[in-house]
Amino acid sequence: MSLWSRIVNVFRGERLSREIDEELQSHIEEAIAQGRDPAEARRALGAALRLREESRDFRLIPWLDSLRADAIFGGRQLKKNKVASAAAILSLALGIGACTGAFRLIDALLLRPLPVSEPEQLYALARQANSPEGKTMTFDSWPYPAFQLMRAAVKDRAELIALSYSARTDLTYGSDQDIEKACRQFVSGWMFASFGLRPALGRLLTESDDVKPGGHPYAVLSYDYWTRRFGKDPKVLGRTFRMEDRLYEIIGVGPERFTGTEPGTVTDIFIPTMMHPGVTRSDWSWMRTLARVKPGVPLEPLRAKLDAISLAFETERAKGFMSWPKQELDNWLKQKVLLEPAAAGVSDLQNDYRRALVALGVLVALVLLIACANVANLMTAQAAARSREMAMRVSIGAGRWRLVQLVLVESAWLAMFATAVGGVFAWWAAPLVVHMINPPDNPAHLVLPADWRVLGFGLALTVGVTLLFGLAPALRASSIRPVSALKGGDDPHSRRRLMHVLISVQSAFCFLVLFVAGLFIATFERLSLQPTGFSAERLLTLETVSERPQPPEYWDQVAEHLRTVPGVEMVAIADRTLLGGSSWNNFISVQGAPTNGVLAYMLSGSPGWLETLRIPLLDGRDFRPSDTYPGMAIVNAAFAKQYFGGGNPTGKFFEMAPGGGPRLRFEVVGLAGDVRYREMREPILPQAYYPMHMADGKGGLTARDYGVFMVRTKSANPLAMASILRREVARARSGFRVSNIRTQTEINESHTVRERLLARLALFFGMVALLLAGVGLYGVLDYSVLQRRREIGIRMALGAPAGDVARRVTVDVLSMVLAGGLAGLALGMAAVRYIESLLYQVKATDPAMLAFPALAILAAAILAALPPVIRAVQTDPLTVLRSE
Amino acid sequence: MPKPDSLQGSLDLLVLKILSRQPRLHGYAIMTAIQARSGEVLRVEEGSLYPALHRMEEAGWIRAEWITKDNGRRSRLYELTPEGKKQLATEESRWAAVTAAVNRVLRTV
Repeated sequence: MSLWSRIVNVFRGERLSREIDEELQSHIEEAIAQGRDPAEARRALGAALRLREESRDFRLIPWLDSLRADAIFGGRQLKKNKVASAAAILSLALGIGACTGAFRLIDALLLRPLPVSEPEQLYALARQANSPEGKTMTFDSWPYPAFQLMRAAVKDRAELIALSYSARTDLTYGSDQDIEKACRQFVSGWMFASFGLRPALGRLLTESDDVKPGGHPYAVLSYDYWTRRFGKDPKVLGRTFRMEDRLYEIIGVGPERFTGTEPGTVTDIFIPTMMHPGVTRSDWSWMRTLARVKPGVPLEPLRAKLDAISLAFETERAKGFMSWPKQELDNWLKQKVLLEPAAAGVSDLQNDYRRALVALGVLVALVLLIACANVANLMTAQAAARSREMAMRVSIGAGRWRLVQLVLVESAWLAMFATAVGGVFAWWAAPLVVHMINPPDNPAHLVLPADWRVLGFGLALTVGVTLLFGLAPALRASSIRPVSALKGGDDPHSRRRLMHVLISVQSAFCFLVLFVAGLFIATFERLSLQPTGFSAERLLTLETVSERPQPPEYWDQVAEHLRTVPGVEMVAIADRTLLGGSSWNNFISVQGAPTNGVLAYMLSGSPGWLETLRIPLLDGRDFRPSDTYPGMAIVNAAFAKQYFGGGNPTGKFFEMAPGGGPRLRFEVVGLAGDVRYREMREPILPQAYYPMHMADGKGGLTARDYGVFMVRTKSANPLAMASILRREVARARSGFRVSNIRTQTEINESHTVRERLLARLALFFGMVALLLAGVGLYGVLDYSVLQRRREIGIRMALGAPAGDVARRVTVDVLSMVLAGGLAGLALGMAAVRYIESLLYQVKATDPAMLAFPALAILAAAILAALPPVIRAVQTDPLTVLRSE
Repeated sequence: MPKPDSLQGSLDLLVLKILSRQPRLHGYAIMTAIQARSGEVLRVEEGSLYPALHRMEEAGWIRAEWITKDNGRRSRLYELTPEGKKQLATEESRWAAVTAAVNRVLRTV
């Protein structure tokens, strides 16, 4: 018989036993038929049970059979304690589900290698430099000419690939009325070959598609986009679309699993880098560099070579930075090229969320550990109740390993159920988190496959968890000594000691989780309470483009038209939104003095811009329609402080030299209140505002093809007017088109998305941790009261007051909670270093930050201790003593 | 009462040999056949017969089949497999080698 039949026999054990019995029975009948005495025949055959066991072991796999028996028994045990089992399964499921969900996110964003050949050879180039503000910063953008020099210099050791940042762009497959958005990325033509990718349709870009600036209007679609937009229509080949005033021809579709090089973004359209308008410019940093390092090439010399080339390029370029102070220049040139592994690709989402996700991962792992401790305590308590059963098993010859197996199998049941429930939870929760970090206009597309990686993690987690909470009770159960157990137990305290240790571990982790949650919540609260200095209420931003650059008068006419639309309160034009992500800065000098090395940030706004945003005018006047750039400026209070020593700058002058050109002179005509320009987390930047009308130096005004209409509406829900305004802009003048509409509130909130996510999830898991720890504490106290009821009864019979009893019952456990809390505090202090960059205006040593977890745990402990203590105090000595 | 020698280790050989002569026997018949053929000298210990049969079945030397007898009772019949035939040859030559060796010892000492 084969192994298979032996496995099958395990699961038809009943039948196997019956057959063996039947055969033995027929033997005896045969013997009787031969005239032998029935009793003698039976005696000669021996004990039927022993024979059956012996035969069974040949005909099936004994260990599998015992496992099966234990699984059935364990299942019955779980069914017997329905409530306890359900509680254990649910709490474990929450922990396992949260861990698996966190793993899915972390894996998808940070770990999963790109679906390219030999992803481990990929490295990302980045630069470390000192910012003008004097902080160390890392950035990964380069101008294309620098990339070309670097590529040529290391050609024998590594293949460098240029990749623009994926961005959503307007394009049309038909007329201008059918503008749609797609995510496009400029890539080196040789990227596909270097990645070892094959087209799903047509052909991919090659090196010869990336030679002449502006000379290769070809596009490759991603498989995902081809599916979404064209329903896998093979006829897309040869179709054209227009994007940024250029016509592109679709030449192919990429392979199915390749969604670009930026986890968190699914690139729709790949275009050769040579088509980028900045490809020949040394002052436009718009692309990242990936390096495919050839096998066996040492990294450090490669890095040093790239470093030297990049620095030489920057030194050459810096000769044009005439307005830069010498010190700033030296500072800028103190930069260093870094080479970091990038098997998983490289994206902004990774940089923004790496630390946050890892922090969340640790939090959920702690919650899982708390749940494990709970279940371990539950199992220990149950093992105590079953000590007689265990002793009986040992007495009739069960081996130690068999008992370990028995308890572990029961644990495995719990873990398996929990994993199943947790898997559903993770399946639902991970996309929800991705959804939470999505800015509505630029949704993050994090590909979240549930494949063998996730499955493997789930299985490993199940096994790990089973051992974690099952092994200690199992070993304890197996080391039982039948004599003492059957007599009524030897050391009743040893079991409680294990439980107490687990209680303090739980308290420590719970404190840590709550402490970190408190820090995240306070960070979010403080960040969202930060005044921006302007009012985002009912404010819509209409990013508008025109087909060709249009004279500023036409832009003013569109604004004028919008003012007549019912429901519109006020309209202004600006060249960018505050906090919108784009910035313009330069060094300033006052009255010919050299600049002080602090950058000023600039924005152009029409008359009424201040009023529309409700930025207070502290002194002077607003712009007039006749004001032009260069000439007049309004500055904010921070600017006045930075460059005018805090005095009133109205009527004074300053200069700046944009792009290394001639110095321009500005008169300060107004002083405005401070507003947030770029970030919520930094001090208010010195800012200067200029008129929208820019002199072109030839007596006219510069035409522009981009502007933002700032519209304050009358309705409480400004987005309700979005479609009307979109239509009105197009109607006001032909050639004008709204490319994106956002509320200012949404723009502001995008700066706290990560903090809100962390605060929400940390609060949720903090509450779960507290609940689990509370339940665990209750269970242990309840068990200990039950176990000590004899002692309590005697004490009460001898006249111990209720307070004394309550103290005796709780003092051990509560001191464990206290010890755990202190350990958690120490852990928290140590851990806070790793999450410092996620925090804002919050100190770990802040008493309020420490009081929150301490009070929460105290309250939970009191609540959990109350029922067992009441039961202890109400113990009736007579009943207890009589029952013994 | 001393037990008759069950000839440790030779049970497999005997069972295989009997089955090679007479296919399709049930356990009791195998036992009586061994006794009869050995001239009532060898007696199979009844308790060890069935585990041995099941072990050999598991090893693939013999196979078993249930039949229903006239009285409605079922009985399990064994027969040799091709593999069992090979095993029998091996066991026989091993037995011959062992007895020859034992005989040599008896003669020389």
